[in-house]
Amino acid sequence: MDALLVESFERLLQGACNPATVREVERTGDAAALWATVEASGYLDLLVPDEGGAGLREAFALWLACGAHTLPVPLAQTMWARAVLGSQAGAGAIAIAPTVRRQSDGSLHCPGVPFGAVARSLMLHTPDDGPRCVPLSTAGVQRSGVHGSLQAHIVLPALPADASKLHDGVDLQAAGALITATLMAGALQRLLAMTLQYANDRAQFGKPIGKFQAVQQQLAVLAEQAFAARMAAELGCAETGVMPQRLRAAVAKARAAEATEKAVAIAHAVHGAIGVTAEFDLQLVTRRLQEWRGDHGSASFWHAQLGRALLDQRGTPTLPFLLDTLLPAAAAR
Amino acid sequence: MIDALTLSAIPESAEVLRPAVRAFLAEALAGRPTDRLARSWMGFDAEFSRTLAARGWVGLTLPPQYGGGGKDAFHRFVLAEELLALGAPVSAHWIADRQSGPLILKYGSSAQKDFFLPKICAADVFFCIGMSEPQSGSDLAGLRTRAVRSPDGWVLKGQKLWTTNAHRAQYMIALVRTSGSPEDRHAGLSQMIVDLSLPGITVRTIGDLAGDAHFNEVFFDDVRLPADALVGEEGAGWAQVTAELAFERSGPERIYGSIVLFDAWLAHLRSLERASDADVMLVGRLMAHLAPLREMSLALTARLAAGASPVIEAALVKDLGTEFEQALPNLLADALYADPEAAPPEMLLRTLHYVLQVCPSFSLRGGTREILRGVIARGLGLR
Repeated sequence: MDALLVESFERLLQGACNPATVREVERTGDAAALWATVEASGYLDLLVPDEGGAGLREAFALWLACGAHTLPVPLAQTMWARAVLGSQAGAGAIAIAPTVRRQSDGSLHCPGVPFGAVARSLMLHTPDDGPRCVPLSTAGVQRSGVHGSLQAHIVLPALPADASKLHDGVDLQAAGALITATLMAGALQRLLAMTLQYANDRAQFGKPIGKFQAVQQQLAVLAEQAFAARMAAELGCAETGVMPQRLRAAVAKARAAEATEKAVAIAHAVHGAIGVTAEFDLQLVTRRLQEWRGDHGSASFWHAQLGRALLDQRGTPTLPFLLDTLLPAAAAR
Repeated sequence: MIDALTLSAIPESAEVLRPAVRAFLAEALAGRPTDRLARSWMGFDAEFSRTLAARGWVGLTLPPQYGGGGKDAFHRFVLAEELLALGAPVSAHWIADRQSGPLILKYGSSAQKDFFLPKICAADVFFCIGMSEPQSGSDLAGLRTRAVRSPDGWVLKGQKLWTTNAHRAQYMIALVRTSGSPEDRHAGLSQMIVDLSLPGITVRTIGDLAGDAHFNEVFFDDVRLPADALVGEEGAGWAQVTAELAFERSGPERIYGSIVLFDAWLAHLRSLERASDADVMLVGRLMAHLAPLREMSLALTARLAAGASPVIEAALVKDLGTEFEQALPNLLADALYADPEAAPPEMLLRTLHYVLQVCPSFSLRGGTREILRGVIARGLGLR
């Protein structure tokens, strides 16, 4: 990715989305103003084939930035959706449904849709009709009730007639997981930076707490987890096109989830009581990370997928599986 | 702040080495029991090392004029990855290949290069590294072994401890004090190439908890070293060792140390009618750790190949790598006995218990976990 493009994207996020913006969107569920800025920036079409055809490889740095800024709108998901939808894409934020259940009355229930509260359209894998993208104008959207969460339970009375049909091969689960994992990797970098800052600023026993070995050792672990999650997300995004490879998405999501468990615990431990206040910004990062752990499948779900794939390749030892199946080919790096 | 390690690619020119190595190892290691293979870079087999050398696979990165392969760090990564994942017994030549050879190439005199490098590449001589001492383990700069100038060279007096392979290597590269006192810390340290056959040297082997004998105590009793025993600059030993440790800490040996065991377990699971859900998930969990680790290790290699010395990043990857290598046998120790009725193959259990016994050492050798995390903390600007 062009470093200048990433830089100007960072500047866009910095200007449009400060902690006050995040809190306001979380409180009201209204992200219209923020979205208008995002939409006007032109970044949403970056992956659209006609616009130069950037792939996941190029999206990686931008998605990291979305996570690092705790952006309360599905910019990354919409960017990906527009590439998949092409000319069918409408305006507005697009969310991805992790799961869909068809009820006996024909309605479609999508529980726990990340960013569902601020989306205008929804990509979902319908039980009978494959992957679709539907406008939410007639849908029932109910926020999850978890404090601050933008997740929503979405009910579609029926599959709308104007639903866009996607290629049957589009793997929404893998895409949702990979995008979430990349946002998490970005948020973990932010978590590390915030925690280092705090450890340098906060003094006890006459010196910054970051000077104490016990704290230093914890921060080293936090850094390790953040960098491992980043690498896992980067290898998940190592595609010249926009379709994720399912097993690499599995690695990305599973690793980010495991990293989060350790990293969040350390960040809060270092911050002490101030870290669990509403007023301090740490919670904007850690609440998201904890929620994202589960979105589009937790570590356990993806571990099972990966484990099954390796065990099914009978006679193949670890290293050949790693090199020939799991890791990206040299050309995509 | 630490630079993020980014995805790197192995050039095709290096990747072509892989099939040849794999084919060779399939034959050379056939029939070796997994509890032996699990020793891998702690497994000493001079004959095997010479067989590798005959194929040009020892000293791969050293210049051709010294009998080396003249290849870059990516070639070595490919070779090391294949050797380690299959548990090839590489201990005999490993230290010379990874550290001593590159060190002599970088800091040695032309006479030292002419003398040692061809022998290293032929696996005719093996090296050990003399760092730790009885009173100086993690606190390496406090070491007391001293080399004093004499009319015809140096006189060496002191003791090294935990020196791997000192009883079967011909040479040691020892970090010793050449001026000042332990209070001077990093100043006044130098590296000496010590011919272990010289009079005044006593090597005493120390058995380990797994029934092996690989490390030693080494006594220097007024050993007369020639003037050209000094490698590099007098007093610059600390800087030289630090650069060397980036090599030691960044290799794939910090990732694949338990993979022979993992592969033996996979073979067992595949032989069952149905692996339990818990086992399937554990396989996947370990892969989700291994994949990014391998890429982080490769990213370090790319830094080395570009001429950098990624000391802090190497500490980070080594700590993560050894955590994985240690978690693997511990998780399997639970998984393999989850059903008391099941009777896993004896060889698999022997392999498991060997790795369980030795795995605490993974986060000791080459710098303890606590020291590495201190290095990382320095990289984070905390120290």
